[in-house]
Order: sequence, then structure tokens, then C-alpha cells
Amino acid sequence: MKGTLTRRQTMTLGVGAAVIVTAGAPASTARAQAKNDAIELIARFTGGKPTIEARVRIDAPEIAENGNMVPMTVSVESPMTADNHVTDVLVVADGNPRGGVCTFHFTLASGVAEANTRVRLGETQDLIAVAKMNDGSFFVGRRNVKVTIGGCGG
Amino acid sequence: MSTQPRPRIRLDKREARKGDIVEVRALVSHIMETGQRRDAQGNVIPRKIINRFTCTVAGKDVFAVDLEPAIAANPYMQFKFRAEESGPVVLTWIDDDGSRIVGQETITVTS
Repeated sequence: MKGTLTRRQTMTLGVGAAVIVTAGAPASTARAQAKNDAIELIARFTGGKPTIEARVRIDAPEIAENGNMVPMTVSVESPMTADNHVTDVLVVADGNPRGGVCTFHFTLASGVAEANTRVRLGETQDLIAVAKMNDGSFFVGRRNVKVTIGGCGG
Repeated sequence: MSTQPRPRIRLDKREARKGDIVEVRALVSHIMETGQRRDAQGNVIPRKIINRFTCTVAGKDVFAVDLEPAIAANPYMQFKFRAEESGPVVLTWIDDDGSRIVGQETITVTS
């Protein structure tokens, strides 16, 4: 036994390694269960680079009675200085017929990386916001919204 | 249909000190037709949305948005900018058909 691994120990190691690999992959793909092209849109936006789950906050109601008009605020923690600022934020919804919601383009003159709009949600789903920083890194945040009356077709 | 809707624009302050953060709230009436709905005959109603929104302050690009059909009808946008110099705050909404709706406010910046 000494110096060699039992079958069970080997299995455990394998599982451990798999978990680490998943953690290193983009947060979005770790939970790749979108019903639409949301994951592909994120991959195109990031160029396949990993996203870090931090800094990005989506404020939206926990329960939206009317999916036709759900208020949403996206904010990204950033000093918005020349050295360190947010350039673009992609917002997708993983349960609509199509994933795209909008892309915010910020500048140094924005002062604050924060924007609010109203979105359509066809059913209960996650809103996902991916922020691109000036150094090419990506941060992600998500928010689940429960929808009682859908906002598509109707 | 050729009459352009008049956008509603509000700045949280019209006078700001240099470096202050100014909040803009803007609303324009537009159907934002998704292109996924069908009429009574079962024909797809063609997509017609505002696909781009931009804001310039004193001629400089400050903020822009690319919109998809998942943005609600009568699109509302709220965002901020850092007051640097006095001038017009020009908001532009661009329709799928290429037409533009333009609205303007003025910010006065004191040092």
C-alpha cells in the first residue's frame, strides 16, 4: 500500500483535479445551462478569457410581476481612472428566446460605471453582466429574477 | 409615423462643479418590436427597435449602449457622467431603420 495509490484514492484525486479545472474556467461555463445563446455571447465578448466572479453587481427585483418591464441596475466597482477603468459591460439573460440584452460602453468621462434600464424577461431566469476592464480582464456578476408574467410574445 | 417622438431627458443638476457626478435619466417612446411576435395571420411582425443610444457632453463621447430586443418598450436609460466642462448634453437614439431621435440638455460647469 505504501507509495502506491488505491483505486479509491486515485478516484478522489481525479475528482479533486476536475473541480480545480472547473474553478479555473469562466464562471459562465461552469454553469452552462442557458436555453439560448447567452454563453456564446459571453464567450465572444471575452474572447474565451476567464471571468472573475467579483466587482459586478446587478440590482433587480427578486420577483418581477411584469416581465415586460423589469428595472435593472448594473454597477461595477472601479475607480474609473486612466489606469483602471471599465470599458464595456455585456448583459445577457439566459432564459429568453435570445440571450442578448444590451452592452453598455463606459468612458473615463463616465466617472462611475453604473447604468440602469428596463428589460424584458420571458420567464424566471438569470441576468448575467460581464465587465471588461481596460487591462483586458473580465469580471462577472449575476442575478436571478423570478417572473410571474412573462414579457415575450404576450 | 414620420413625427419623431420627443424624448424626455432629466439631469439631476443643471449646474455642477468640475468633477461632480451628474446623473442623466432619459426616456423615449418606441415600440421596440422584437421581431419574434406574430400577427393574427401568423406572419412574423418585423423587428423594429432602437439599437443604439449615445450621449455626448460638450462634444465628447461619454456613454453609449447597444440595445437588443430584450430592452423594454419605451426604452429608459439612466447613467452618470463626470462634469468637466460646460456644454450641450446630446442624447441620440438610432432606430433599425436608420432614423435618429435626438434630445438635448445643457450642463453648466463651474470651477
